[in-house]
Amino acid sequence: MALFEATGLHKRFGDRIVLQDLSLAFEEGRLSGIMGPNGAGKTTCFNVLTGRFAPDRGRVRFAGTDITGEPPRRIARRGIARSFQSMNLFDDGSALDNVILALPEVRARNFDMWRDLRADASAGQHAAAVLARVGLAGKEHAGARSLSYGERRALEIAVALAAAPRLLFLDEPTAGLGAEGTARLAELVAELKRQLTIVVIEHDMRFLFRLADTVSVLHWGQVIAAGTPDELRENPWVQRSNLGAMVPAGGAASPGAGAR
Amino acid sequence: MTVFPRMPAPPGTAERAAPPAPRLVPLPMLVVLVLLATTPLWLARVGLYPYLALEVTIWMLFALGYNLMLGTTGLPSFGHGAFFGVGAYAFGLLQQKVLANLWFDLAGAVLVTTVLAAVVAACIAHKRGIYFALLTIAFGQVFWFVAVKWHSVTGGEDGLLNIVRPVLDLGVVRVDLKGNQALFYFCLAVFSVVLFALWRLVNSPFGRVLSAIRQNELRAAYIGYPVRLCKWASITIASAVAGLAGALFALAQQSAYPNVMSLHSSGFVVMMVLIGGGLVSFWGPLIGAVFFILARDVLGATTETWLLWYGLLFVAMVLIKPEGIAGMWQAGVARWRLRSAPAVAPALPLDAKGAAHGPL
Repeated sequence: MALFEATGLHKRFGDRIVLQDLSLAFEEGRLSGIMGPNGAGKTTCFNVLTGRFAPDRGRVRFAGTDITGEPPRRIARRGIARSFQSMNLFDDGSALDNVILALPEVRARNFDMWRDLRADASAGQHAAAVLARVGLAGKEHAGARSLSYGERRALEIAVALAAAPRLLFLDEPTAGLGAEGTARLAELVAELKRQLTIVVIEHDMRFLFRLADTVSVLHWGQVIAAGTPDELRENPWVQRSNLGAMVPAGGAASPGAGAR
Repeated sequence: MTVFPRMPAPPGTAERAAPPAPRLVPLPMLVVLVLLATTPLWLARVGLYPYLALEVTIWMLFALGYNLMLGTTGLPSFGHGAFFGVGAYAFGLLQQKVLANLWFDLAGAVLVTTVLAAVVAACIAHKRGIYFALLTIAFGQVFWFVAVKWHSVTGGEDGLLNIVRPVLDLGVVRVDLKGNQALFYFCLAVFSVVLFALWRLVNSPFGRVLSAIRQNELRAAYIGYPVRLCKWASITIASAVAGLAGALFALAQQSAYPNVMSLHSSGFVVMMVLIGGGLVSFWGPLIGAVFFILARDVLGATTETWLLWYGLLFVAMVLIKPEGIAGMWQAGVARWRLRSAPAVAPALPLDAKGAAHGPL
């Protein structure tokens, strides 16, 4: 059974149907990709899967439990974390402040009035280790606002990782990164893939096709094609649509080589 | 593993040293308490009157509580005076109609305010920004309207008169609070307890979560925090402090009247917090309360239109230095540290004649 399963999801905003009878399944320990043109409903799909919006119809199951309509905080506590396309950080704090609040042991004492997080060496070390994992060692006390764009992208992922998730959703993690940043991000995601189940929305097809075990193609709020990267390259639907031009040919193309 | 290339950081931004953990009793707290406690010794010498210290202490308490909402949690309320007024009326009514006991009346006033605030907070905690602000104005006006119109209970526009300053019974000693000085020290004791408690609260994990909610509500929810519940708690705690301040104000004024619940009265506390620098400092509201009361008395002694000048000052402050007086202080200290720090020149290799090799 898949770790995460969405069946028959339907979502409309006013008279605009954004998701239509959408079904997706993400297997444990695998990296699943979601691709599609702008306006295909990819980010709305993530927002519905992670509880920001409740679906009008359909069910969402995680690890055998029905989580349909649960709010983000409850979904987060179940072990699902996400990053955002437009970065969502605590900009007044340091990199360490951003990560430390997401640690499960800190979250567990949310209403503790007497401890001081700055004096908590154990939480500090744990947060620093998470930052080191994404290449931000030495930047612990740098203000989140003062970090470079690439470092902020890394911090966005560090905040998601700090919650020790079982399933990680990454929404266009390469957005705005240069070729070198994208290549380094691909290294990180490849490493995370060994420990986590990951779902990635991505426009950079080289990045996605190198890393993903399976890819679903979204268009008009529906899955129009799904399969392994090799199967998708051969898919007549994908070849006929303008998505065909986006899909890289097989071979060892390095991720980020065609990045913006 | 390094994922992203290490870029040179702009000077003074990245790779700072870890900030020290906040002290249990920090220096500004001691300074504030010592300054307040010694007012009977120096207030008259600088041309001010003893009642002023009492009033400043109560407004400091009110502003400090309010800043938990505005500065810490980022909730802009423009109707917070309602809870100050509820505290004042509740204290007076409990004293006159139920039981004339200081502790009972104070606790009752805080309880009544907390319960009402909890109900209001439950209705508005899910809102943000302008919608939240508008709802606080609406609720503030409802409370003000009830205070004005429910004549049989509140005394209408005349207010609730003849509130008595009782005797403080501590078991071993009894202190009559009739005099301004005795009441001031009682208010100072209450203020000290709340000051310490709020200092601990904003530096606790819960306080950090409130601050995180101010910075990014969506992210706070996605790392598993109950955002609505935390906002509800922040509003309720801030209102309970307002109720306590209102009860002390009723004692000080020996009356409770609807004016303190009006929109412009709620605006005063916003101005205190913003001018003082509550958005950047825990101590900002205290500075702002002193500044406001002094401006009222010093400017008010020379012109009846003092509020106009104060309003212009407020506009100038928001436009030029929204971080307020505390922000100016912080910027000044940072500049002074930068100037007094020894300049670090890059170590350049020297040639045989002792000349440095630079880029040019």
